[in-house]
Amino acid sequence: MDERPNKTLKISAAPHLASGASVERIMRNVVLALLPTTGFAVYAFGLAALLSLFTATLTCVLAEHLLCKLAGRPSTVKDWSVVITGLLYGLTLPPGLPLWMVCLGGLIAVAMGKALYGGLGYNLFNPALVGRAFLQAAFPTAMTTWTPAFSADRFTSLPGSMLAPPFGTPHYDQISGATPLAAMKFEQTLSDTVDLFLGLTSGSLGETCSLLILLGGLYLIARRMMNWRIPAGIFTAVILLSGLLHLSDAQAYPSPLFMLFSGGLMLGAMFMATDMVASPITPLGCYLYGVLIGALVVVIRLWGGMPEGVMYAILLANAVSPLIDRLIQPVAYGTRRSKDS
Amino acid sequence: MNWMTRRSFPHGIHPQPAKDETQREPIRQFPFAPLMVIPLLQHIGKPAVTVVSEGQEVVRGQLIARPDGFLSVAMHAPASGVIRRIDRVPTLLGSMVPGIYLQPFPASTQEVCEGMPCPVETATPEEILAAIQQAGIVGLGGAGFPTHAKLQVPADKHIDTVIINGVECEPYLTTDHRVMLEQSADIYTGIRYVLKATGAARAIIAIEDNKRDAAEYLGAMLPSDLPVSIELVTVKYPQGAEKLLVSVLLNREVPTGGLPVDIHAAVINVATTAEIGRLLPRGRGIQERVVTITGPAVRRRGNYRIPIGTPLRFALETVGTSEDLSEVLVGGPMMGQAAPSLDIPITKGTSGVVAYTERETGHQPPIYPCVHCGDCLEACPMSLNPSQLGLLAAREHYQAMVDDFHLMTCFECGACSYVCPSHIPLAQRFRVAKAYIRKNQASVVRSQAS
Repeated sequence: MDERPNKTLKISAAPHLASGASVERIMRNVVLALLPTTGFAVYAFGLAALLSLFTATLTCVLAEHLLCKLAGRPSTVKDWSVVITGLLYGLTLPPGLPLWMVCLGGLIAVAMGKALYGGLGYNLFNPALVGRAFLQAAFPTAMTTWTPAFSADRFTSLPGSMLAPPFGTPHYDQISGATPLAAMKFEQTLSDTVDLFLGLTSGSLGETCSLLILLGGLYLIARRMMNWRIPAGIFTAVILLSGLLHLSDAQAYPSPLFMLFSGGLMLGAMFMATDMVASPITPLGCYLYGVLIGALVVVIRLWGGMPEGVMYAILLANAVSPLIDRLIQPVAYGTRRSKDS
Repeated sequence: MNWMTRRSFPHGIHPQPAKDETQREPIRQFPFAPLMVIPLLQHIGKPAVTVVSEGQEVVRGQLIARPDGFLSVAMHAPASGVIRRIDRVPTLLGSMVPGIYLQPFPASTQEVCEGMPCPVETATPEEILAAIQQAGIVGLGGAGFPTHAKLQVPADKHIDTVIINGVECEPYLTTDHRVMLEQSADIYTGIRYVLKATGAARAIIAIEDNKRDAAEYLGAMLPSDLPVSIELVTVKYPQGAEKLLVSVLLNREVPTGGLPVDIHAAVINVATTAEIGRLLPRGRGIQERVVTITGPAVRRRGNYRIPIGTPLRFALETVGTSEDLSEVLVGGPMMGQAAPSLDIPITKGTSGVVAYTERETGHQPPIYPCVHCGDCLEACPMSLNPSQLGLLAAREHYQAMVDDFHLMTCFECGACSYVCPSHIPLAQRFRVAKAYIRKNQASVVRSQAS
């Protein structure tokens, strides 16, 4: 060392150790956790799912890249968060939705759900749901027309509706019966709970198989990359509220199991409501937020005009989450009362 | 022995302890550097006042600077030699402070001069506190708060329990561990002084569960007449922070802005206790301390008893470093500071020197915006909201951080920065904010006074 007495030392701020956690790693793991669900969507809906999901993801990634360039900032595509947005958004779409609508919704999701707020870390709402909410409002018919799952020719041909020209009326070759929730609401018939759990029913691309969604969520919880309190709060509220209603009138109100495994509840609870940015930060806040979502889902589904309410329940709770954070803060050391003095 | 591990404080983190390299290395005596650099301020409070002059010859252990007022301690010559200069010396913070350059004699021995003994049996509490101040003892755990000031019980308060802190939760550091294994007699003598000075009825030695050998050894060596218990605490960072230790062991919480004495406790580092027990019976002053020198860039990692004032350059040359040495930390990797140059000396508060190579320090991960994952809330031992504090700090809303989010409760343990997946330098931002607040408060006080 005497030969280099003036060697420049690095000076960094403490702490000089890091856990190795990174935003990219969390995001990559969320994508990984979504892969079984994505695979099942392709298995159940065939080429239609493959093309929809691919288009949705690609649109979102491209939109983020272009919007970043437009804003004169470095592209944030590499943090993987927009891949989640794109994939999740795609998974909430009904199979057979015209591809131009998929593109438009994806653009809205990234532009109005994320970029407008300032990008990663600043969005108020879950971007994927912003895109879907836009489509629901703009194209209510297309968004509630369902092609059947497991059709024989799903791997060989595309539904004609997907290739409909922009702003034309899509033509559907096959229309499935109502989704389990719509059947419950409008026809008073209940689907088999086991079918729901395994994903043998119709519905949006990625919402049908509760089992695989649950496994993906449990993987993230085990890796401590998802706040388990949010789904726990949602499930608690849904089970309690719908359970009480079911007990009071089993004819009018479906069982809690049906409520849990039907519609977008599982996908929403595990992957949408848990968007870190748009949910509260304290443990108690996360619980409350989950309970709020669960309660809103039951209220919208059972008493509202729409068969499904997961999307609006989460968006409403997203809007409330900064208020929850304002009201609920951790109790700092030294402000609690001492236990013996 | 069958130990029951105490439950722990909420939150906290689990960094790699990285102590295997040095925890079995016995403490070895260090040689004298050709030139010692002794800052007159190595503690919190007022600098000591020199009582020697340039050119004067001093004996090892001789008083070279006396305390200036209550919050100040004495300094002693770390080696027999000549006072070369009384000038400004470089410090860890990059600033220059008044200090003494001492050139040891070429054949300087390890012989230490003795002073007025302070026998524990006959000394009054006041005499013990004065002796601790004259011995120049400050918190050796790193904070550097004068120990006599810490043990001084205000008239309207009392202390019932003294906690001897042998937790050593900082990764890499093993000095307290070695002191516990090698200086049990000094520790127990020190406890006698501390109990007498504070009037406390009992002492608890707190040791992290990864140092069971130390707990067992101390348990075996415990004199039967001492009211001391040994407690194992969970391995978790920052278990050694005194406020957390008090709440874990005594189930009492230090109120915001308060001190352990407010809840009838005092926490004192185990190496500090050992120094009290080693120095006071013979009236000596502190002129060396145990330092762990380790890290990927160090060849002969170990625990060394190093004269205070030894420049880092000499210390690292003595133990040998690899060619690509790039960063040197004084203290542990969680709360230690990067040395601005190798000219700065080992001081009373230096518990470790950790040297890194280019390989560990070359990569700086990108900083992302906060994604509200909440991991920092789960890490913060003081149950603060580092995420919110970080957002406010970025906008320089420092007063709001204090008023609404308990900024001043933060003791900068760095657990939040450690876990942050966005790599936001949270602890560093809080340090800046606290410095700003303190400066403002000081100027408010000044303007009111004038």
